[in-house]
Amino acid sequence: MATQILPVTKPPRGGAARPSRRRGDGRAAAIYLLPAAILLLAILAYPIYQLVLISFYDYGQAQAAGRAPLEFIGFDNYAKLLGEAQFWTVLAKTVGFAGVCVVGSLLVGTTLAVLASRVRALPRMLLFIAALGAWATPALAGSYIWLFLFDTDFGLVNEVLSGLGFESMARHSWTFDTYSAFGLVAAEVIWCSFPFVMITMYAGIKAIPEEVLEAATLDGASWTKIATSIMLPILRPVLMIATIQSIIWDFKVFTQIYVMTNGGGLAGRNLVLNVYAYQEAFAGADYGLGAAIGVVMTVLLLSITTLYVRSQKREAGLL
Amino acid sequence: MTATATAPPVVRTETRAPRRRRAQRPGRLIAEIITVVVAGIVAFPLYWMVLSALKPAGEIQSANPRPWTFSPSFDSFERVLGSAGLGRYFVNSVIVAVVVVALSMLLSFLAAVALTRFHFKGRTVLLVMLLVAQMVPIEALTIPLFFLMRSVGDVAPAFGLNELGSLVLVHLAFTLPFAIWMLRGFVAAVPAELEEAATVDGASRFRFTWQILFPLVAPGLVATSVLSFIHAWNDFLFAKTFIISDTSNQTLPLGILVFFKPEENDWGAIMAGSTLMTIPVLVFFLLVQRKLVSGMAGAVKG
Repeated sequence: MATQILPVTKPPRGGAARPSRRRGDGRAAAIYLLPAAILLLAILAYPIYQLVLISFYDYGQAQAAGRAPLEFIGFDNYAKLLGEAQFWTVLAKTVGFAGVCVVGSLLVGTTLAVLASRVRALPRMLLFIAALGAWATPALAGSYIWLFLFDTDFGLVNEVLSGLGFESMARHSWTFDTYSAFGLVAAEVIWCSFPFVMITMYAGIKAIPEEVLEAATLDGASWTKIATSIMLPILRPVLMIATIQSIIWDFKVFTQIYVMTNGGGLAGRNLVLNVYAYQEAFAGADYGLGAAIGVVMTVLLLSITTLYVRSQKREAGLL
Repeated sequence: MTATATAPPVVRTETRAPRRRRAQRPGRLIAEIITVVVAGIVAFPLYWMVLSALKPAGEIQSANPRPWTFSPSFDSFERVLGSAGLGRYFVNSVIVAVVVVALSMLLSFLAAVALTRFHFKGRTVLLVMLLVAQMVPIEALTIPLFFLMRSVGDVAPAFGLNELGSLVLVHLAFTLPFAIWMLRGFVAAVPAELEEAATVDGASRFRFTWQILFPLVAPGLVATSVLSFIHAWNDFLFAKTFIISDTSNQTLPLGILVFFKPEENDWGAIMAGSTLMTIPVLVFFLLVQRKLVSGMAGAVKG
């Protein structure tokens, strides 16, 4: 499967990265790779296999405790899952939520990267330090801070809004309504994930040779023309990586949803696939169904991986 | 980026350059004001966190929050570190993160060297598998990992449920693919001539790895370590799933959860706990930010 994703492997280019050939390379490589390989096989590959296996069983509390025999039920968990209206709602909400987060962090990150490339060092440094701060904030701490800022009774946002004349906003609950709760979580996710996009895009912009832009300016090209016909094509690979990374991260958000909507909201209104699987398995004690959700999610994300591998094809060709 | 610094090394007519500079200046000033305002907005939640952690109990539960405080107090910190025992959870979090960082640097360095500088069959397949491994939603593996750690506990108690060892194993496995992938670029950047010279001088492969390669890829190791540290430090899901009955082995995120109640949140304590949780990462980030940015750029560009 892996080789199908990557059909072309180019021969090594350039001299610097070319590995030296010595006798016994295979054996030395095996020794160097062994510790990492054992860990990855035991803690990553084997659990993936187990996940698929569990999803084919009727695996409840009794089975988990060893009090009842396991019963193989084939695709029943999947049939049950796909037949449930809630699954499709959660899937739609996951895609919508991740989509908003991805577009949001890309727009904010790219805009600020362009802005940072056009100002002097001091304001740029202030922006970078602030962004590093947001990036460094653990998801859990970030969730609490944003919850507190938007708290019904003691939150600064309600206070400021009602002070500005929006009296109805006093004691407004931001987490009650489905959309505003998702919006609040999305704001937190964008806040802590745009810095990655910004720094990557800034590095990309800085890598564009100054002469290219100068030449275009001298030729009388407008800024929009320069941005769309010169900068965008050069930045496309970097933008691609930032996009796919963001998709993968935002699709997997767990902590923020779990903490900010108190486990997925009232009656599960704010569930995403991750939290849904967790609740079904550990709160509902239906490990089989939870595992099936996990498998669906893995398949979804691995299809996105194909995109990522394609975007890395040039680099992979250097192997 | 000043206008003079971007001036190309071509001879210009006298009138052209000043006109450009004059046109650029007001625009740039506006851009700079916007930049500073945006920086303020981005940093504000962190300011609010620290401020709220320092507000005395009566002030934080006020319906009219002030953007400053006249009487900072450490009551909230004393509360979380004292009665809630967050100090112990803090230490647990540090232990997990430090062990994960150290082992992940060591293992990913060895693997990156093998995958970059040694020639063997199946190298490309391994690299592609590492890439795919990064995309596996680890959250989905919580269920099998819970059962795995439960049975590991029967054989090796230190790595079973309720033990910090189980968290170390899981985070290590999840940070390795990305760490190896990222370090690859740094190891590959060391010129092959250096290795040939070392070989001619009679250095063994082992000596070359540790005495020449290791110091040369130090910036890459730093960037990698930051990402491993954050991953292990931020974990909430696995700590919540694995550390179920032995509360003394909980980590910081779970400790803070205690103050989060449906009816009456102790916001002072939650903000103090969040501050305690954020400071180590922030310090780490600011210390290595240059290397981190170049490491990110290196990983992006390959």
